[in-house]
Formats: sequence, C-alpha cells, structure tokens
Amino acid sequence: MNATSWPRGAVLAERLLWIDPTAHAFGDATVQDMRALPREGDLLVVNDAATLPASLCGHTEDGAPIEVRLASRERGSWLCIVFGAGDFHTRTEDRAPAPTLRAGSVIRFGDTLHARVDRVVSSRQVVVQFDRDGDALWASLYGLGRPIQYAHVKAALPLFHVQTGYASRPWAAEMPSAGRPLAWSLLLALKARGVHLARVTHAAGLSSTGDERLDATLPWPERFDIPEDTVRAVAATKRSGGRIIAVGTSVVRALEGSACQHSGRLTVGEGTTSLLLGPGATLHVVDGLLTGIHERSATHFALLQAFAELPLLEEAYGHAERSDYQGHEFGDSCLILGGVSLQARTRSRP
Amino acid sequence: MMIRGSGALVTGGSEGLGAALAKELAKRGARVVVVARGEAKLHEVVRAIRRDGGDAHAVVGDVGDKLATHAIAGAAAALIGSVDLLIHNASTLGPVPLPLLLDTRCEALQQVLEVNVVGPFRLSKVIVGGMVLRDRGLVVHVSSDAAVEAYPGWGAYGASKAAHDHLVRVWAAELSATKVRFLSVDPGEMDTRMHKDAMPDADTSQLARPVDVARRLVDLIARSDAMPSGSRSSLSVEVAP
Repeated sequence: MNATSWPRGAVLAERLLWIDPTAHAFGDATVQDMRALPREGDLLVVNDAATLPASLCGHTEDGAPIEVRLASRERGSWLCIVFGAGDFHTRTEDRAPAPTLRAGSVIRFGDTLHARVDRVVSSRQVVVQFDRDGDALWASLYGLGRPIQYAHVKAALPLFHVQTGYASRPWAAEMPSAGRPLAWSLLLALKARGVHLARVTHAAGLSSTGDERLDATLPWPERFDIPEDTVRAVAATKRSGGRIIAVGTSVVRALEGSACQHSGRLTVGEGTTSLLLGPGATLHVVDGLLTGIHERSATHFALLQAFAELPLLEEAYGHAERSDYQGHEFGDSCLILGGVSLQARTRSRP
Repeated sequence: MMIRGSGALVTGGSEGLGAALAKELAKRGARVVVVARGEAKLHEVVRAIRRDGGDAHAVVGDVGDKLATHAIAGAAAALIGSVDLLIHNASTLGPVPLPLLLDTRCEALQQVLEVNVVGPFRLSKVIVGGMVLRDRGLVVHVSSDAAVEAYPGWGAYGASKAAHDHLVRVWAAELSATKVRFLSVDPGEMDTRMHKDAMPDADTSQLARPVDVARRLVDLIARSDAMPSGSRSSLSVEVAP
C-alpha cells in the first residue's frame, strides 16, 4: 500500500473501500458516498480526542540529545518512548537508541521544562514526571512539543494537520485518523438524513515504537471516557434497530472495552482498556467500522476480522492494493458495514 | 445558557472588558480560561480570580498567530474540559492615532484583519466542531458600533468588526440545525486602554466602567437562549442617559 506523503486537499474525493460482510461483497466509492451509506437511525460514534504535541526534543544531564514521545498519561506521570539523536526523516525503526537513562535521570526541554525519570521499563520505554503541572505544564507542552512525525510524510507536520474536525480533548498520542476525512458538510448531511452522531474520548496511542518486539505488544492499555449522552444514544439506537458505526478502531476499543468491563453493557465514565479484538470476537456494541487503509499489520487485521471474515478482507485488500489505494494517516478509507446498496465490484463466495 | 459549571474561554483577557468578563464569569461559577499575549498581566487576572475562590487558568497566546490556535484550544480543553462559551474579545485598533484610510498602510489593514477576523475564525473553527458534536455551545463576538457607523479613522477596525459580525451570521445560518449559537454584542463605549488609544482627549468620567459592562454582558449571555442565533445586539442602548 502506498503511503500518502502529505495531507490531500479535497477529503471528500478521497477513496473509500467498502466491504459488506453480510452480502460478502466489496467495492469502490469515495468518502462523499458516505452520505448515503449509513441508514436513517444509525449512530456514528467518533473519537473526540485531539492530537497532543507528543514529541519533545531535549537533552539529558550529559548533554546527549533525546526525543521523548508521550505514549500515555498515567495520573501524574507519562509513559514515553525515547530515541537518541536524529529526527523524523529517519524511519522510526532506524533511529539511534536513546542515551542511557536511570530512575532519577533528568531530561531538559528548552529552558523551562524538565522531566524526571521515575522508572525505566526498557531501553525504549520510560515513565517520567514533569516538574510542572496545570497551566504551566500545558504552556510548555504546546510551546515545546510537536506532533509525532512520520518518515513517509515529506515535511514536518504542524499540529493543525493532525486534528479531526471535531477534536476537543488533547488525549491522543497520534491522530485518531479514521475521522480525518469526515468534513462537516458530510457530518451535517448525515445528521439531516437522521443519522445520529455521538462521541467517546479515547487516548489513541503510538502506532509504532521503532522496536519490532515492542511493536508486537501494541496497542498498549489506553484510557477512554464514555459520556452519558453516548450511552443513551447507543441504547436508543439499539432499541430502534439502528446500527452503531465506529469511526476508527479507537472507538471500537473504547465502546467494546467499556462493555467488556461491565458484563456487556456500555457504561458511563472513564476507564482503561487493553482489549484486543480478533476473529470471531463478540461485539457487544459496535456493528460497523470506518477505518483508514493501513498495512496488514497483525493487530489491525485481527481487529478487522471481528467485523468481516478473513477471505473477504484478503480479497478486498488485494483489490485495494492493485487499485492504488493510498495507505496510512493521510490515506484512503475503508468502511465495513452490512447492507451497502452500492454496485459491488466483486461478490465473493460466502 | 447556564453559566454555573460551564467552561468559558475569553480572549484578550488580561485587561479591560476581557479581564472583567473573566472575573464576572468565574464569580458566577464558570471554569474560565483567559487568553492574552501579555503574561504578567494575564497571571495577575488569574490570581485575582483564584483569590476570590474562582476557577481560572491562564493561556498565553496570540490570537493573530496561526500556530497558536491549537495550543490555545488544546490547553483550554486540558485545563477546563469542554469549552461551552467562547468569547472573542481580543482585538486591535491597528495604528494609533487612528489614520484616515488614505494614510493607512496596507499592512496595517492586513494585521487588523488577521487579529480581529482571521484569528477568531481559526479559534472558532477548532472549538465549534466539538460544540456541534456535543450539541451545545455559544460563541460571542464582542463587536463595536464602528462595525455599523462610518467613523473617519476607524476604517480598518470598523471593517474588521463588520466582517466578524457577518461571519457570526453565516456561522449561525450554517449551524441552524444544531444547538450551537452565535451572537454579536456591541458593548458600547467604555473606559479602557483601547478607548484612550483611540480617543486620548475624551472625558473618561462619562464612560461606562468595564466591570459594569461585563456584568450586563454576562446577564445577556445567561438569558441568550431566547435570542436568535446570529443576531447582533447592543449594550450601549441600555445605558441610562
């Protein structure tokens, strides 16, 4: 899958691969066609997490350069991934290792912000605490931090290129990118058709650590928050026979993670989930998924198999690869939903 | 709207009407983020609010700086949760003494539009999406009678305020099917630094005090559910002669 090297202008014209697991069919569409695909009474659930300026460059006490990527927040401390000298032009997996850190090591960012290492988890993972909080911490993070960058993107991305149109709470280490192509004209058109909108906040974590062994452990436990309105909207949708369509795997994790922790019932409030979904998983809440087209990584493809069977996914993805679909954060999209009324490209055998 | 328990963001909050609005909103139980360029005065305002038991946070930022937009909105959300009330109060007069249009440098007009129109537009753009998702929120533009009347010397400022008033109307029209609302309010003449800059010789004893105007403006916000979204109102007409 080719990676898109810069955000494209016309999001509604981006391509949409649709996969209908009930009809065992798939086909080509554009994001604009999303207007017609959900049915009246369906509920689209988005992740309103804003992308953090999660990459901070600083120095250790010995003056060695270090890049710290905030992966997740654990009360007052942050779990981070660390790299040595270099920047995003080098692929994450080729980055120099971080200078040696110990509990108590201090990392300085600019003149104002310091972090103290609480705990060394591995040569790439540390838990740190900043020397400031509240107004001062957020001023420093936004003043010194940049969004996590990608080697396949041609220049440094400013924060505004890695936000969805409804980003609100700065919880995400990387952009919850499935919602990136959802222009408000599309969302308001869906609303006008009687498709409802709801939100969760899910602290989408890192997509890659640069270490194959660590990458195999992704995604790590992630924080989520389910608002009361959303629990009510999901219940009302289920009652009236509508379907719950998650925008992004982070939304699936939040909704199913919450349900799993409460005997199958979506429940109001914050939590942390390490739920991993795979083939044959029981979905308590979600019926359909809009997601980006990504590499066929084990975890992403396993999650898709909770929505559609492997042979259909393989066939649809093979078609997308042959048809030059673009992958990654700024790439094309994939909708897995039953009852798609578009002309199928291929109808595979059930 | 219900002020108590709401999250409010006020730009240009280090002095004048903005500082008074932040204090008034905090007094009525809002969680307030105050935005301004000047760090020292901004922290003074926040300290004063906290001393009185209010919930306030400082975000140092320049509304006219594109790259500051997400920093302001993101820090605000981290500090107070969702922003339910966004008050675009920051604005610049441009060069003073106020020049005639024939004497106005093009760059000066551009800078006034950047701070008074484009900057607030950017901030609205990143905050209103979340409001639509939550299906609640109010955006207030602190306007001016210079947006309506043609006062010599007030061309750049007046044009920027008229443009922002119009954006308010279009925001309201585009989001009329949602519960997110937009208002322009002309606060009337006040005894502020901006007024002194514009009219150094004016008799300030006749001018309204920002603290009184802030109280009336927050009263208006509290009962704004009855006002049509996109409408423009004036506080000055309510002033006793």
